[in-house]
Amino acid sequence: MAEAAKGFPLPSSLKVVPGTEAAQAAYPYYTQFVAEDDQRFWFYNSMHFPEPMHHFDMITAEAAYVALGAFNTRVHVLPTAKGIDHRVINGRVYIGGYAVTDPAEIEERIGEFQQRAFYYYEHWEDLYDQWKDKMKALIADAQALPTPSLPKYEPLETTHTGKGVAANHALLDIYQKQVEGYHRMWHHHFEFLLLGYGAYMTFFDFCKKAFPEISDQAISRMVAGMEAEIFRPDEEVKRLARRAVELGVDSQFTDGMDIDQVLADLDALGNAGKEWLGELETSRNPWFNVSSGDGFYHYHRSWNDDLSLPFAALPGYIDKIKAGTNIERPTDQLVSEREQLVADYRELLDTDEDRATYDQLIGLAHRVFPYVEGHKFYCEHWYTNLFFNKIREFGALLRDHGFWEKEEDVFHLTQYELESAIIDLMLSWGIGSEPRGPSHWPAIVKQRAAAIEEWGKHTTSPALGAVPEHIDDPAIVMLWGITRENLDTWLNADSEPDSNELKGFAACHGVVEGPARVVKSVEEIGRLQQGDILVCQVTNPTWAPIFQKISAAVSDIGGSMSHMAIVAREYGLPAVVGTGTATRRIKDGQRIRVDGGRGTVTILEDEPVLEDA
Amino acid sequence: MADNGKAVAWFGEVGIADRPTVGGKGGSLGELTGAGIAVPPGFVVTTHAFERFLAALEARHPVRARVEALDAADLGAVTKLSVELRRRVVDEPLPAEVEQAILAAHAELGADAVAVRSSATTEDAEDASFAGLQDTFLWVLDAAETVARVRECWGSLYSVESMTYRLKHKLPEEGVAMAVVVQQMVDARTAGVMFTRSPTSGDKSVITIEGAWGLGSAVVSGEVTPDRWVMGKITGEISVRDISHKHAKQVPAPAGGIVEIELDAPEANAPCLSDEELQALREIGRRIERHYGRPQDIEWAIDKGGRLLLLQSRPETVWSAKEAAPVAETLTNSLNHVMNIFGGGRR
Repeated sequence: MAEAAKGFPLPSSLKVVPGTEAAQAAYPYYTQFVAEDDQRFWFYNSMHFPEPMHHFDMITAEAAYVALGAFNTRVHVLPTAKGIDHRVINGRVYIGGYAVTDPAEIEERIGEFQQRAFYYYEHWEDLYDQWKDKMKALIADAQALPTPSLPKYEPLETTHTGKGVAANHALLDIYQKQVEGYHRMWHHHFEFLLLGYGAYMTFFDFCKKAFPEISDQAISRMVAGMEAEIFRPDEEVKRLARRAVELGVDSQFTDGMDIDQVLADLDALGNAGKEWLGELETSRNPWFNVSSGDGFYHYHRSWNDDLSLPFAALPGYIDKIKAGTNIERPTDQLVSEREQLVADYRELLDTDEDRATYDQLIGLAHRVFPYVEGHKFYCEHWYTNLFFNKIREFGALLRDHGFWEKEEDVFHLTQYELESAIIDLMLSWGIGSEPRGPSHWPAIVKQRAAAIEEWGKHTTSPALGAVPEHIDDPAIVMLWGITRENLDTWLNADSEPDSNELKGFAACHGVVEGPARVVKSVEEIGRLQQGDILVCQVTNPTWAPIFQKISAAVSDIGGSMSHMAIVAREYGLPAVVGTGTATRRIKDGQRIRVDGGRGTVTILEDEPVLEDA
Repeated sequence: MADNGKAVAWFGEVGIADRPTVGGKGGSLGELTGAGIAVPPGFVVTTHAFERFLAALEARHPVRARVEALDAADLGAVTKLSVELRRRVVDEPLPAEVEQAILAAHAELGADAVAVRSSATTEDAEDASFAGLQDTFLWVLDAAETVARVRECWGSLYSVESMTYRLKHKLPEEGVAMAVVVQQMVDARTAGVMFTRSPTSGDKSVITIEGAWGLGSAVVSGEVTPDRWVMGKITGEISVRDISHKHAKQVPAPAGGIVEIELDAPEANAPCLSDEELQALREIGRRIERHYGRPQDIEWAIDKGGRLLLLQSRPETVWSAKEAAPVAETLTNSLNHVMNIFGGGRR
């Protein structure tokens, strides 16, 4: 059979799912595909945006690409890459890079880059300390923003102090400050990110040349930091488990507990219970400001908003503490293991020259890694959580004024539409009339909710347009791990449909067989039993506390450098990430085999086994 | 060991430095034994034994002079002499002290069965083109047969290929000698080979292990497609697990020697090593490599009781012979290495 040259569909050939045209048209004009886009190569950013985008959540893509582009193109001046463009169709975000190909321009940019990026590398620690101060100040600013509200009359104080600004103005002020802050956060995010990954990749590249068959995990383990903020939330859960035992209130925590009931019971329990609740508060601020997802969607709630995850982990930790098992993270041991690994690989190098280069590059990688691991807590978790919760407050205010039924409905509006709804409310409050929103938005919200649901039923092509000969955009290779080889795999994905084996990135080695527990959201975490294999769409470092319960982890999304992979390695939990289809192909209760060294998951039985009654 | 001229030396008494008298194989097994690595016990019939035998042969009728007088191109003459000399080595009486030494050592070893292997004394002799020298006799049952197999090993020095090789390379016959290893035979459950660097990429950070059911001869001879694993030398991660269909295994024959047995599923398709065994092999591989300071080719076996034993270790030669070029050029400003990633090449 003659086969046509393989390629991905052109953007112009993609059809908007019938019935969702209005929802598609509501995304900003600059994110819609146009005819010229057929000339370029695009890929589906399933790593960050695996699900159809609520209209408001598009701000996450937009603010990130505004900042990423600025830092690549104009701040650090990467020699061969400018920014990343994005489009949305059927709720799916496609992105495409802008490469620099003109040799004269590359030459000019190299000169700029060396003056800028090298300065960062040379002053990394100072600049990173400064970065943390900036981020903490930005977080404090967001925390200081008041909850938007409209009184019947202005407080007397407004007049007596000659304030001269009414409450409706505060709505616009809060909203715009919050949107501004979110954009600023993304600038901070990209201030170090590419340089950090670049230094890491330089070491990675050297290791792959010196040791052609070295695993990605071995290199990551040589670089991994030990004190990153991202490990702290789990440390806090352990601390709370320990305090519960010390205070004698540990019997309150059981599998499948009703969390509100437990909190109420502790409060009623007297001093010990109250003291534990005080400890909980200490942990919550700031360490429970971690998202149970990746922080890219409004519905990735933080532990503070939904205590299911940390509480699901408490009984297990409490049992281990009472059994005398050490649950502390053996930081000293981890550090010495890392040093041993670095020394052992060094010993295998053939020449003194190579050992000198190796020393320099591992030094640079260790220098940058605290940012690579640590920034997520401040950016994607803490700040993003504050941001979406502030928008939720607007959702509640507008709901109270009849704009829609549920607080969460606000996320069906784009950021511009939300500003217009706020102004509608500001106007009507001032006029003393009824806002127009209640007769305008409910139908739109309903239509968009239906569109998101519909889009979720349709798969989308992993890429669009002609396959480029080479992918040498460092940003795309580093951030998305996309290489020419990946694209070939995607193109051939259809040729092997019926295998019982799924392939992904080998995140942490070890072979485990057991029952699969397909967990679609944090609410289902309570279903995990000791020894289960977690199968989920996106695994996240903040799921770490439940790693004690499971025997292995499998995810649809994530690369071998993803945070999930880092944490899995640290816990010695066999893991395969980025399988693409695990949550769809594996059924709850099926026996599966996870081989974390090879990056494969095998379905051992076709039919789910009955759970023990 | 201080060379005391004895006809027989135990593994525990010799090391790599004794190669001129115990050969490469014997020296290596002695070295491993001395390093505390589990090696099936055995002894080496040294070159002194051979020299004494040869002296007895020469006394009756010249040997070396006639070899040196040959024309390498005259295949007919070489073949004729080869047949004659090999017959003499097998048939003519051994000096009593040599025979007694071998029989006594065999009795002291007390093994049900032994492997008898030639152990060449020079690097040349390990060359693949020096064919015929790598004689190995497996599952040799009694003392008399052991002596006979030792003689066959000696006789291989006078094979057509071996003599032709020496003549072509103008190697003097004086000093051409052969040691023979006699080692307790392991009735292996699983056996195979291990390379402490990648045979395909030369990577020194991985260990490749190949194994099959039964004796290792099935793997070494290529008669069975072995299971294959690639693991991180340092980390122990197993990155490749190729479990093959092992259609047969070689086992000891009741009357001596080996026999091949067909295997059916599930045994044929089951991995012949557990992860724990793989890790134990890796540890030993690292230890031996450290001991020698260079990558090794290793033969190993696991006996029916699950004990891991080393049968052979020799330096890896293919990749080690290549010039070690630096991975990256040395740069005055190491930051310039990042240009590899960010584009524009290194400055």
